[in-house]
Amino acid sequence: MEITLQVNGRPRTVDVDPRMSLLDLLRERLGLIGAKKGCDHGQCGACTVLIDGRRALSCLALGVAVDGSEVTTVEGLADGDELHPLQAAFIEHDAFQCGYCTPGQLCSAAGMLGEPGPSAVTEDLLVDPGLTPEEIRERMSGNLCRCGAYVNIVTAISEVAR
Amino acid sequence: MNRIEGRVKVTGLATYAAEYPVENVTYAFPVQSQIAKGRVRHVDAQAALAMPGVLTVLSGEDPPPLASGAGELALFQSREVAYRGQIVAAVVADTYENARAAAAVVRVDYDPDDHDVSLRADHPGLYKPDHVNPAYPTDTEKGDIEAGLARAAAVVDVTYETPVLHNNPMEPHAALASWDDEGRLLVYDTAQGTTLSRNTLAKVFGLPKERVRVVSRHVGGGFGSKGTTRPQAVLAAMAARAVGRPVKLVLTRQQMYDVTGYRTPTIQRLRIGADAEGRLTALEHVAYEQTSTLEEFAEQTATPTRIMYAAPALRTAHRLVRLDVATPSWMRAPGECPGMYALESALDELAYALGMDPVELRIVNEPETEPDRGLPFSSRNLVGCLREGAHRFGWEQRDPAPGVRREGEWLIGTGVAASTYPARRSPSKARAVVQDDGDVLVQVAAADIGTGARTALTRIAAEALGLAPERVHVELGDSDLPEAPVAGGSMGTASWGSAVVRACEELKSDGREGTADTTEEVQGDAAFSRHAFGAQFAEVRVSSVTGEVRVSRLLGVFAAGRIVDAKLARSQFIGGMTMGMGMGLMEETLTDEEFGGFLRRDLAQYHVPACADVLDVEAVWLDERDSELNPMASKGIGEIGIVGTAAAIGNAVYHATGHRVRELPITPGKILMF
Repeated sequence: MEITLQVNGRPRTVDVDPRMSLLDLLRERLGLIGAKKGCDHGQCGACTVLIDGRRALSCLALGVAVDGSEVTTVEGLADGDELHPLQAAFIEHDAFQCGYCTPGQLCSAAGMLGEPGPSAVTEDLLVDPGLTPEEIRERMSGNLCRCGAYVNIVTAISEVAR
Repeated sequence: MNRIEGRVKVTGLATYAAEYPVENVTYAFPVQSQIAKGRVRHVDAQAALAMPGVLTVLSGEDPPPLASGAGELALFQSREVAYRGQIVAAVVADTYENARAAAAVVRVDYDPDDHDVSLRADHPGLYKPDHVNPAYPTDTEKGDIEAGLARAAAVVDVTYETPVLHNNPMEPHAALASWDDEGRLLVYDTAQGTTLSRNTLAKVFGLPKERVRVVSRHVGGGFGSKGTTRPQAVLAAMAARAVGRPVKLVLTRQQMYDVTGYRTPTIQRLRIGADAEGRLTALEHVAYEQTSTLEEFAEQTATPTRIMYAAPALRTAHRLVRLDVATPSWMRAPGECPGMYALESALDELAYALGMDPVELRIVNEPETEPDRGLPFSSRNLVGCLREGAHRFGWEQRDPAPGVRREGEWLIGTGVAASTYPARRSPSKARAVVQDDGDVLVQVAAADIGTGARTALTRIAAEALGLAPERVHVELGDSDLPEAPVAGGSMGTASWGSAVVRACEELKSDGREGTADTTEEVQGDAAFSRHAFGAQFAEVRVSSVTGEVRVSRLLGVFAAGRIVDAKLARSQFIGGMTMGMGMGLMEETLTDEEFGGFLRRDLAQYHVPACADVLDVEAVWLDERDSELNPMASKGIGEIGIVGTAAAIGNAVYHATGHRVRELPITPGKILMF
């Protein structure tokens, strides 16, 4: 099936196997290896990208289902040579070790920064809690990091969220 | 120092094994055994071969030749099935989707036998291995344990159990293999060491080493599971040879549980006696563990007990049983991690039995020399770590009474445990050469699996050369570079760094180039007991309603020689401690007693710590000087962070609730049972 999607601002037309996930489409057909396959089951978050501005697990989206969408991967976060503030903060605060979960963490954090409303740990649902460390931890828990860089990830995101 | 490869990692440009652009690539997908023991009677590939895009089906029906015919890597060389999940066939096709769909219709018929997959301390098949990993004596004994226990003022006799644990690096094991026109094999592999991976593949395929190249520029974590060459590398190379095209093979998360190793479950009995002042009169540690019928893997679980505390009677022993399971393998701090969990938990029980502070109990039993061999320690600052940690953590104000601090539904407690890990080094080679622009290129077949090796070696070389780090360029992750040992055993930096320093020294006198081989230097190391030590402090909040345990504070204090880079070191320590928290509270793979193999083979069921689980984790270190280690005066830090964490948490849970859980992980159900 032929589909067309905007990937990091560029229109891409691809003939895809209807069984192919968006993740495999990005990695195997478009050469965009930033989105990572950690579990292929929506359990680890390494494949997180932004679909039409919202964070989404690209392993759980079929390529054919995102026909016409705008997809931003980690490769599209920076503005030319200028790193996204999250990328710069991740480097500065050593918010990764092996780096395999990092693209997903970054896309997830970029999406999270724009998400309104309370979370499961928000005490008063009527008051904007702001991105406290506790809120960040809760909202970033869909992105596993086996190296255990969470402490630094929260510090890095907090700096950008301020 | 910020990680040198930081920019490529945050921009998504770092290439991991399956991510190299290769023309004409094909995809392999394994078929796994559905029985735990028996024989493959027949593999029927007809339906699979008729599927779109399928190029071939590999199996024992027409075994692709291998030079080396035993163990986990001898794919399709035997019809015997050693465990459920073993690879019995594989499909190669033009796309991943086609390969996976065809693998689902490969029909395998078996002649099953009865299987045995259950580790028990009274298993009739228990035996004493010749040695335990890597080359320790299986048993040690000095003094009279029974007499020591008989004269003790307090005795604990307890059994602790740890479950099957899986490394679960975020990057699945993968390989991208191709053969060139001259019969040379190139494998992009998820390897913790390209020299070892190359040597292993050369042996398996019967090739001279010069005709094999393994590249692992970036590795998405390993924690031991990528230390030995795994079946995906052999299978990808075998498949590429069969179809005459490059083959990419990425294991699924579920397949990783079966064929990439795991930490053996352990049953550990500890008998400890102490006099009224807390001085040990007897210390005995016996570990029961499993291995497979394919290979022997003897985890060195009781070995840390040989070096930790002074005791006139000291006995350690290991017993194994061969089960119809996959072969266990390295997982972060093999031996020390499960062994210290049991020892440090039992010591906490002893402290309560004596009515003594657990920090003081450890200090009272500080040995002058290594208890096992009587060797002097090159340096040992366990007491310093305990004192510093106690001070920082506010231990002095602690009321030892268990089960008395409550805030609403939450019971609060604190616990302490010691940690330790050997400070070894292995022979390595390295090369340093001045480039045209005056910068220095340093080459060593080291691996950066997330440890920061690239950055640490840059600092080490820059220091040796007296140059700014920006003017040093480290090349690693390629078996064509000077041979180097794996990133494992917490000896990467010590081993590679020694060779890098020597190469840089030679460059300085030569003016242009320096090479090094530290084989002789390492063999000449004097006889010392070399270990890093640490102390871990945990504060937990235990819900009396749900049984949930929250670790509100975790502090590690370590003495690990000179720290090469503070930023990287802190990340390594807290990363290990975070994994230790997972071991303490959530990580557990179940063995399927009925059908063999493992249950909970994914990240929705095998829980690892998530961001919301990790509240306040901090690591600090003492300024330790030790001139008996290596040119950097450093001790490895990749593993010690996980050692002792689970015990500190378990001890804190006891302090909070008054109940001792002796089987990891400490899940809500076990709390609510009380």
